Amino acid sequence: MDFLVPILAAAVRSGTPILYATLGEILTERSGVLNLGIEGLMLMGALSGFIVTHATGNPWIGVIAAFLVGIAIAVIHAFLCVTVGANQVVSGLAITMFGTGASSLLGRGMIGETVVGFSRIPVPYLSKIPVLGTILFNHDPLVYLSYGLVAFLTWFIFYTRPGLNLRAVGESPKVVDAMGLSASKLRYFYTLVGGGLASVGGAYMSLAYTKMWGNGMTAGRGWIAVALVIFAIWHPARAVLGAYLFGGVGAMQLRIQAAGTSFPAPLLMMMPYFLTIIVLVVISIQKGRGILLGSPGSLGVPYSREERG
Amino acid sequence: MRYRILFKKRYNSTFLFEGFLSLLSVIAALFFAGIALKLFGVSPVRAYAAMFRGALGSWYGVGEVIVKAIPLIIAGVAVALAFRMKIWNIGAEGQIYIGALAATAAVRFLSTGNQFVMLSTMVAAAFLGGGIWGYLAGFLKARWNVNEIITTLMLNYIAIHLVEYFIYGPWRDPSSLGFPMTAPFPASARLPQFFDSRVHMGIFAAILLIMAFRLVIRWTRWGFEIRAIGDNPKAARYAGIRYGRNILLLMFMSGAIAGVAGMVEISGLQGRLQHGFSPGYGYTAIIVAWLARLNPWGILIVAFFMGVLLVGGDTLQIVMRLPVASVQVIQGCILFAVLASEFIRNYRIQIVKRERE
Repeated sequence: MDFLVPILAAAVRSGTPILYATLGEILTERSGVLNLGIEGLMLMGALSGFIVTHATGNPWIGVIAAFLVGIAIAVIHAFLCVTVGANQVVSGLAITMFGTGASSLLGRGMIGETVVGFSRIPVPYLSKIPVLGTILFNHDPLVYLSYGLVAFLTWFIFYTRPGLNLRAVGESPKVVDAMGLSASKLRYFYTLVGGGLASVGGAYMSLAYTKMWGNGMTAGRGWIAVALVIFAIWHPARAVLGAYLFGGVGAMQLRIQAAGTSFPAPLLMMMPYFLTIIVLVVISIQKGRGILLGSPGSLGVPYSREERG
Repeated sequence: MRYRILFKKRYNSTFLFEGFLSLLSVIAALFFAGIALKLFGVSPVRAYAAMFRGALGSWYGVGEVIVKAIPLIIAGVAVALAFRMKIWNIGAEGQIYIGALAATAAVRFLSTGNQFVMLSTMVAAAFLGGGIWGYLAGFLKARWNVNEIITTLMLNYIAIHLVEYFIYGPWRDPSSLGFPMTAPFPASARLPQFFDSRVHMGIFAAILLIMAFRLVIRWTRWGFEIRAIGDNPKAARYAGIRYGRNILLLMFMSGAIAGVAGMVEISGLQGRLQHGFSPGYGYTAIIVAWLARLNPWGILIVAFFMGVLLVGGDTLQIVMRLPVASVQVIQGCILFAVLASEFIRNYRIQIVKRERE
């Protein structure tokens, strides 16, 4: 147990950036837009959050800046996918490339700098709970915020009217248009919010996790988030499980290497990707039987009012 | 007087118009990327000049461009083949890694001094390895209609970690001072290089593949089936073309070709399997195929252009001390511009006088 608790606490910490990005991508994909640009958005978020925090000394302003930058970049994706009806895979790749390049260019002067960033604030009373308190309630405020976000999004997507509209536009934009709502506006909105959240996930990396900036510092977490959306079957609560699993594997890998045992870390790192494929196969088999587990029916398909489809 | 902008759907376009549009969007992209560079505090004129000089200003530079274009062409053909049937093989990167891994296995376990036999064995191993990797995603797609975008993406990571397992573990060169790489290949396992440049025989493989791609798609029955399914899967199915079988074959071939790109890269250029030997060639290949509109000769041209950008990016790092990733700003802008030009491709824009209501 003494060995496990620090690992689980570390899993929560290193899973949080992935969790934010996954939640953002869930919103975007639920509206029917596939955004493969998460990695680029996270990098831009990590950098912009860092720069603003470095200048103002207040990490919360940094997080807000990251959110806004994420929205600004997601506008490009939304425009290309919704207005132009262009290929979403290529557009997403372009966002990732642009974000990777722009963040490394803009971050030239920031390498080697540090910020105070977010510090650990144990939650009174809750952090005193044995085991669970250390794992869940002895973190920085962004981790607590992510708990709230998961609860909020679960409620929002499944128990509110706008949430129903969100699910509807991902399922069949035509129906949403017939209902008198604008499918395009909805898709814009959720692509932007999703991009903002992914960007905040990146900011967690630079403001709470490492507290510095490095080129390409998200190291593939954006792609993991894209996979986790499926692992979570487009459900915010299950995203938590996936994000911490990935975070835990990463944390465990570090400890195993530190302990000097010979268990091959790369094989361990593969497991979550295998799991994702297995989950995807299960979803697809169920879908073949007519059971939709939550995968949006119109995901990745551009919608145009004028066309019959 | 009021005017109104009308967007009218365009149903056909000429080859010339397409080419003109592609050129126009690349020029627009370079312009916008220049503005972005300026905003990021880099002089676009100096940057572009440095890239141009670095990539095309000397024979060495041109050689390097070709060296980078070789894997891009081969992998570009691989993904273009899949895209032609509207199968999104995002997994060229993983297939490149597995191809290289299989070729390395051939060097380790089937080593011979005869260069021809050794190289043939390596190509066969890479072909098979990459093919199996592509087949996995193809099988899932054909059997249960599993989204191939995600499976191929996941298989990329599994492939990269698998290669890391070997080069950090059992296959690590004991004399590499801890660097994750295998021992250098024997001379018989190296593709010959031309004169004193780094350009290797892989260029022939690349050009042969381009011609084969053109031939298969245009003139064979299988090519016809690919085109038929790609253009209209439902109609193809009614015509009796077997969808599942075609996916399996297509994904095997696509993966196999990408696998060969991996073999060519390590045998022709690097001479060993090492960490990060492919700087995302598989992903860039997607862009190559897509920008070329799946046209075989287009792939050649775009791959060369991407090679110029990559070598130019290296020059930026050396001359202007910019991060290597800077060049991705330009790549991203090119994609944005081409994607946005879809709008002009799909719609005719007319400005008409509006009647007073």
